[in-house]
Amino acid sequence: MGISRSFSPPINLLWLQAGSCGGCALSALEHGASGWFAELKSFGINLLWHPSVSEETGSEVHAIFEAIESGAKKLDILCVEGSILRGPNGSGRFNRMAGGERSLLDLVRALAPLAGVCVAVGTCAAYGGIPASDPDPTDACGLQYDGGESGGVLGRDYRSRKNLPVINVAGCAPHPGWIMETLQALASSDLAENDLDALGRPKFFAGHLAHHGCARNEFYEFKASAKVLSERGCMMEHLGCKATQAIGDCNQRAWNGGGSCTHGGFACISCTSPGFEATRNLHVTPKIAGIPVGLPLDMPKAWFITLAALSKSATPERVRKNAEADRIVVTPRRGK
Amino acid sequence: MSRIIVGPFNRVEGDLELTLDIEDGRVASGRVAATLYRGFEQILAGRPASDALAIAPRICGICSLSQSMAAAAALRGLTGARPPRNGELAANIAHAAENIADHLTHFYLFFMPDFARDFYADREWFPAVRARFKAVEGAAAGDALPARARLMHVMGLIAGKWPHSLAIQPGGVTRALDLGEKMRLIAVLGEFRSFAEKTLFGAPLEQVVELTTPEAFRAFFADGQGDFVGFLRVAASLRLSALGKCALPLLSFGAYDSATGFLFAPGVFDARTGETAPLSEQGIAEDVAFSFLRETSPNPALALTIPDADRENAYSWSKAPRLGGQPAETGAVARQCVAGDPLIRALVAETGGTSVFSRVVARALEIARLTLAAQAWARDLRLDEAFYAEAPTPVHGTAVGRVEAARGALGHWISVEKGLIQRYQIVAPTTWNFSPRDAAGVAGPLEQALVGVEVGEAGAKAPAIQHVVRSFDPCMVCTAH
Repeated sequence: MGISRSFSPPINLLWLQAGSCGGCALSALEHGASGWFAELKSFGINLLWHPSVSEETGSEVHAIFEAIESGAKKLDILCVEGSILRGPNGSGRFNRMAGGERSLLDLVRALAPLAGVCVAVGTCAAYGGIPASDPDPTDACGLQYDGGESGGVLGRDYRSRKNLPVINVAGCAPHPGWIMETLQALASSDLAENDLDALGRPKFFAGHLAHHGCARNEFYEFKASAKVLSERGCMMEHLGCKATQAIGDCNQRAWNGGGSCTHGGFACISCTSPGFEATRNLHVTPKIAGIPVGLPLDMPKAWFITLAALSKSATPERVRKNAEADRIVVTPRRGK
Repeated sequence: MSRIIVGPFNRVEGDLELTLDIEDGRVASGRVAATLYRGFEQILAGRPASDALAIAPRICGICSLSQSMAAAAALRGLTGARPPRNGELAANIAHAAENIADHLTHFYLFFMPDFARDFYADREWFPAVRARFKAVEGAAAGDALPARARLMHVMGLIAGKWPHSLAIQPGGVTRALDLGEKMRLIAVLGEFRSFAEKTLFGAPLEQVVELTTPEAFRAFFADGQGDFVGFLRVAASLRLSALGKCALPLLSFGAYDSATGFLFAPGVFDARTGETAPLSEQGIAEDVAFSFLRETSPNPALALTIPDADRENAYSWSKAPRLGGQPAETGAVARQCVAGDPLIRALVAETGGTSVFSRVVARALEIARLTLAAQAWARDLRLDEAFYAEAPTPVHGTAVGRVEAARGALGHWISVEKGLIQRYQIVAPTTWNFSPRDAAGVAGPLEQALVGVEVGEAGAKAPAIQHVVRSFDPCMVCTAH
């Protein structure tokens, strides 16, 4: 089978920021050994406009939108960062594009059907994210989801020109690699609908759990738990960590050269999941009768409890002591 | 008189809109609008106090860690927690990395590309500036972006990731570095220093921070190499020291606090007298006369944020912070004036207030100062000591967390009852700088700085407007949140 290119270079990419913090764009900027722009270019991607980096300003920007809407300019990839704010009263006025009366709500609804493919960059654009937290002051939602419910501002039946649903690069903020590898795969027509999971997230990162490859795995295996932040043990039992329930290859690739949330000593808050913003007391594990409510995603509860009791009874002294220390206090050595 | 509207405003964090009245080719009066409201203060209310550490940083993707620092400081104020020495040092190193990265992003991606617009094609410096700084295409981004990404490896070591980390806590940082990691940290900072010396300044940082007078400063860089020197040539040619002038009090909350005191002290500097006054927290109030928000209390400790999209006369989602009843400018230029940097004070004195030029110079010099400081702090980490001490859970009380983000004074006012947040008010740097008018009709700092700017034939497209706005390095997602 030959390489089919359904986009012909240059591949025009437009990036919009809606109800956003801008963090997804800042994350993407970390990518590329020769800089982000060189990386985009190497995949034939041409930035039609990006609010953080492009030269065009003011009326020049509105002219770009007009050219897309009139068909004069081809829109291949539309990236949207940030929640879509529908309020107040469905008007979208909480988020107006400067230089006119148009809301981002209106602009996104107008441009998404014209896009070869539409990418929600970050959990806000995918599902609503932090702005959708109770009391949801702005009636925020994602492009094709409202929390975990299909729909959003584009509707569950939305399809881009290339007949794809919205691609949800979830994460708050997503790893730069998740953003760029998705864009690159789209540019080379290597990403199809069956490469997405049930919530529209590319499986190359969403097929993993954040737990996979966590440096604390030995502590997890023996249920040797940290009780206080900065301790080295597993954070699932006491400190609210959701890495066994959260999708993402977070611990299989380096964040900022070698970090990750659990590597940094704080809990995974499942920022790739719809509704992650609803959790309260993020560094406390909710329990019923001493058993964490949120057990590993697809593990039978009885098995987990049995195995946990067994492994706790077999925990080596090294693992037990190191779990409750902020540094290695017992080094590995051959057992007796 | 004619009226022009400028927006969207790209190459800033977020979006903003200017409404300018033009008379004889100059701005007679200006209004700046924040066009986005997300309701973070409403979202924070009712949550357990410590959730502020997860929610507040997500206000802003560019100064996320500064928001973490302010939230942690506010929570500390409620419980009296104090991080161990390593916790303070590590947090300050991460904070410095963010601050440097923000200044770098501003210089290379946001500010300089405006001089590479074809508008300046007939200037003798244009070919060089275009080749280096043209948006997206210029060569400088190929140097600066990898240097920025490498600098942010500091976050991988201390904060897990960036943006949006939970590593900064009232009790310190959540991770103790080991020996290998301390060495990696020192190496990352050393590499960034090489970039700053070779590519940005074309000079050793120790020499850059020793420049105390405008004369010495100009002579030092007169025949220099480096991207900052490129800016100085453009600035001289376009007289950027006469552009975007603002003569308001200069405010700093004080930066890089530790057991040994501030690296940059807090206070209020008066550019006209050269005097520094102590900061009076009671003097801080927020006005909403021209904001799409309801009147509650002007006191951030008692105020609520309640949107009112139909409010008469309103034109911005931002509140209007006032210090002792008047607007104040904040940012690197204010921070360095308050802290007593002789060069920045002299540059501000020369023009009787801040300008596009002194704002940009202050940021550049801060890159030099902070790189040296972070290197010293990294070497100073004592690996046999703790980085974190368990802090009590806040139950009730009120407190304020004050820090300096890259863009200036950032305050979090928190009230807690029965462990839950009752009120949370955030006054961010650009809330100060890009505030709308207040009930007395007094314009905010940017609005004042725009008055008199020549737009000529170009009207809304005049690059001078772009230079003035971007010289403040606005963060609009923080401004209204």
